[in-house]
Amino acid sequence: MSTPAARRWTGAAARERKRRLVNILMLGLTGLATLLALVPLAWILAEVVARGSSALSVEFLTQTFKPTSLGGGGIWHAIVGTAILVGLASLLAVPVGILAAFYVVAHPNSAMGLAVRFGTDVLSGLPSIVVGLFIYTVLVIERGYSAWAGSLALAILMLPVVVRTTEEMLKLTPQSLREASLGLGAPEWKTTFSVMLPAALTGVVTGLMLAVARVSGETAPLLFTALGSNNLSVALDKPMASLPLTLFKYAVDPSKTRNAQAWAIALVIIVLVLALNVGARLIAMWRSRMMR
Amino acid sequence: MGQSVSVTLPVGVVAPPLSVASTAVLGAASGLSAKMKLDRMSVYYGAFLAVAEVSLPVYAHQITAIIGPSGCGKSTLLRALNRMNDLISRARLTGKIWLDGEDIYAPQVDVVDIRRRVGMVFQRPNPFPKSIYDNVAYGPRLYDRIPKSELDEMVERSLRRAALWDEVKDKLKESGLALSGGQQQRLCIARAIAVEPEVILMDEPCSALDPVATLKIEELMQELETDYTIVIVTHNMQQAARVSDYTAMMMMRPDRAGQVIEFDVTAKIFTRPGDKRTEDYVTGRFG
Repeated sequence: MSTPAARRWTGAAARERKRRLVNILMLGLTGLATLLALVPLAWILAEVVARGSSALSVEFLTQTFKPTSLGGGGIWHAIVGTAILVGLASLLAVPVGILAAFYVVAHPNSAMGLAVRFGTDVLSGLPSIVVGLFIYTVLVIERGYSAWAGSLALAILMLPVVVRTTEEMLKLTPQSLREASLGLGAPEWKTTFSVMLPAALTGVVTGLMLAVARVSGETAPLLFTALGSNNLSVALDKPMASLPLTLFKYAVDPSKTRNAQAWAIALVIIVLVLALNVGARLIAMWRSRMMR
Repeated sequence: MGQSVSVTLPVGVVAPPLSVASTAVLGAASGLSAKMKLDRMSVYYGAFLAVAEVSLPVYAHQITAIIGPSGCGKSTLLRALNRMNDLISRARLTGKIWLDGEDIYAPQVDVVDIRRRVGMVFQRPNPFPKSIYDNVAYGPRLYDRIPKSELDEMVERSLRRAALWDEVKDKLKESGLALSGGQQQRLCIARAIAVEPEVILMDEPCSALDPVATLKIEELMQELETDYTIVIVTHNMQQAARVSDYTAMMMMRPDRAGQVIEFDVTAKIFTRPGDKRTEDYVTGRFG
């Protein structure tokens, strides 16, 4: 007994009910997915803290290796090793990466610029163990395991990250600043160095810290390059300890003490990486406030 | 007086450019010498003709205004004068631009040298994110190792010249970005004159400023006229009438190429323009 107008109206109500239902369903699905994504992170953190904190102590951080019969000692040698390996890798990768980024920004469509961009894309997708294998083949087989080889492998892994973040940050600096500098008669390189890089610096530093955090946890490329060691060593031509390598060794050790220490190392690495990430975030926040 | 020659070009056809002879007559009438000369200059962006066959004199120690509706190629013309268009990879220029008798687009010319002699102030104030002092010192430092005392002097002189010294003398170490918009623009002018250019190009220098700051910049321009040759692009007709000595009126042809349709003494352009379109534009009947 309904008129056409009324029928349209009831149709509209039904459509609206359906729309709401779909909305609730989608909201539920996305919420569930978010939760699922968070579960592993929370679980890992909880597990590492629960299992790692028992072996963690000041002595653990400040002593070097001791046999399990003497209490197992600490990981000072691995902390020093990681600092040297990662520091040296940064020293190699950062200048090369930043200069390459300058080139790419100045000549984006040149053959070299395109090659660098393509190369960094490929390099950043390369499994880290392949880089380790490469260094092993060209360096280690002839000259033996060394900190040098380990740092070189880490540097190769850092390079694409450094190039890409620097490039992106330089591209974000306002064109007007570049024009202002060139308009004063500054050459291109001077413009990049004294105007664009300082303007992009906090962004670049953020990127560098993330790159450092990334390679600090790398194990595979160090396995057959720096090898690992139980001694506190600063010799660059000898094998060197590192946190991830020590973790690996202790985790597969039959001794319960070593297993507990492995968890403690995991905790140390996580805190280290977290600190670098938070530091990067803080710099980014500080930067955005400075720019206002 | 009143003997200046106005040269009017027809639209839609390939315009006969302002001949060198006619510009010479124009300059000779007022006893001026041309600092820069454009001779049948055209600018292309790829295949697109942006500015067509412009011939103009830029008289020394005069302010030349370029006016015209949006998109008619005023900025493109201005940026051709210190080769800022070189930064756009598809930009190409034909014809000649002379600076004191030197062809600035000749292959042996160093573009860095041209930009040092022909400075630029941009539409939006664009101080470097550095201190006020370092902003002004940036240019001089590019060319020489200058002793601190001499540099201090240069910075003060430039800031005084830009009528900014009294406002910033106690905070030279503070960021240039902390200044107000009008102050920032005067800082940019100080930065430009610190390298002691011969010509200063200004691309709508007041369009981002309030009327008070605008007035300051205009006063400043008239001060600077004694030492520098100034070319200004402006959308503000009153501004062109107030500050400039000569005015070039630009308009777009049907094929969208920008063209100078009239060039004359500013007073003449605004009272007795030779071209009907100029008259319509400056009286606000159009554009």
